[in-house]
Amino acid sequence: MRLNDEERAMLAGEAGEPRRWAIAHQIAVGEFFDAVDLVPVSQAHIMADTESLGEAGVGFLEGLTRAPEAQRRVRVPTLTDPRGLDFSVYKRLGQTDAMAALEARAIAALKAFGVLMTDTCINYQTILPPVRGEHLAMGDTGVVIYSNSVFGARSNFEGGPSALAAGLTGRSPRYGFHLDECRRATRRFRLEATPRELSEWGALGGIVGRACGSYWEVPLIDGIDAAPGSDALKHFGAALASHGSVALFHMPGITAGEAVPAGPGLATTRVGRAEIDAFVAGYAAPGDKVDVVVFAAPQLSLVEMAELADALSGRHVHPQTTLIVATSPEIKHAADRMGLTERIEATGAIVAAGICFYQSYAGELAGANGWQRLLTNSAKLVNIIGGYGYKPSLASLERCVEAAVAGRMR
Amino acid sequence: MPTVLRCHPGIGPTVEGTALVAQDNFSARYDLDRKKGVFSRPGHALAGQSYDGRILVFNDAKGGVATAWMLHEMKSRGIVPLALVFNRVNPILAQGAAFGNVTMVDRFDGDVTQMIRTGDRLRIDPAAGVVEILEREGQGA
Repeated sequence: MRLNDEERAMLAGEAGEPRRWAIAHQIAVGEFFDAVDLVPVSQAHIMADTESLGEAGVGFLEGLTRAPEAQRRVRVPTLTDPRGLDFSVYKRLGQTDAMAALEARAIAALKAFGVLMTDTCINYQTILPPVRGEHLAMGDTGVVIYSNSVFGARSNFEGGPSALAAGLTGRSPRYGFHLDECRRATRRFRLEATPRELSEWGALGGIVGRACGSYWEVPLIDGIDAAPGSDALKHFGAALASHGSVALFHMPGITAGEAVPAGPGLATTRVGRAEIDAFVAGYAAPGDKVDVVVFAAPQLSLVEMAELADALSGRHVHPQTTLIVATSPEIKHAADRMGLTERIEATGAIVAAGICFYQSYAGELAGANGWQRLLTNSAKLVNIIGGYGYKPSLASLERCVEAAVAGRMR
Repeated sequence: MPTVLRCHPGIGPTVEGTALVAQDNFSARYDLDRKKGVFSRPGHALAGQSYDGRILVFNDAKGGVATAWMLHEMKSRGIVPLALVFNRVNPILAQGAAFGNVTMVDRFDGDVTQMIRTGDRLRIDPAAGVVEILEREGQGA
């Protein structure tokens, strides 16, 4: 890879060990993907939940923080993805003090780098939305796909170590979605039915994602008659990224990028009502007891919090069922101020801030609480959570609320 | 003479081990019980099988970003695949392999999940971009 003087100095250790580690890591990844150089980025976003980090990952971060402050401070605004636990609710959820202690160490280490503890996967709705053409190092697949597609920004999936490296160097290897040639549409989908609710936008993302099945596929979706809202595209993109590992989609007339086809005559797949219904039905379990109802993945916007408060109004969560709502710290503060948190928790539900459920020791939560049957309106969550021993089902917000009240699925 | 497969230069040290092949995709968060060292997602082609010390051969990477930390964490506890071989990976697997110093290669001429069989004895040289099939059950090399 071609390096400039400043980058060569970093690699030689002249800017300290954290930046030497960071740029060496970026060069290893960049060479793997045939990057010719590094591109300056304006924001980084780190997925660093302690379940993934483990003792080893936290120890690694702590090791780097032993460098002098000038050598370890990030060079561009660097945000965090949801954390492993919310200190105000972890005991109610059955998480342990050992988890909390590891989490506290990780937070202290991240703060020592000058990282901003936003603890959110909806930073594009709540912190600093990207602009078209902006190069980023975003560390959550839902954030990457939304930033690339809706705003026309340029980011690869940056895992925790790589996002930290980007924060420390202010750069990212120039490959993948930083380059025009990777952003051309490779598949076309013709939408013949409009999703009716967020869970169906997620189902649509899941359908397109399963069909694509690769980071290097870029779907073009047409046939959408009116611009979906931010929450609809959030659920669509998060599910598309989760089910397909996809990082960019085009919706001509709606998304920011130009939908240039990668070649002539892209094959077209039609997606209609039958396909959406079949996707949802694939997770159905009518009549089953519901152990836990989860609204998360991605974290809820303020508008989703208000809709949930309205849907729950005057009702009570069944004593054998747990209802968990996960949002970002910013939205939680707003929801507190507007009385939404109080209205939701009055029903027996738990509102958590700065976590997103599946990143929060989901396997241990299942064991501690005896949870198996999970209901959610997130098509992303149903894809992830099976590996943790859950049997997930997908339904609209209203049907999730009805099941939480009844304690079973209709 | 061992069969020699060529691929894009990869990541990590040269290793020798036994292959476990699936026409499926891979994510540490979605698919594994990392404490027990087995594939845990019910729908996965290798559900219930141990991955510890094996060379895993898959089609593609999938899903989220957590695998970037998890290979390092798995290696620290000594319950980790010996190497990962793919047709094509996403950045997360490459970042995770680089961070954890786990051997990983991809981009072969042809479908690697067809060219390598479960039980094959392999030698992977990532720097050279070479995978050798040293021994195949019932066939010698």
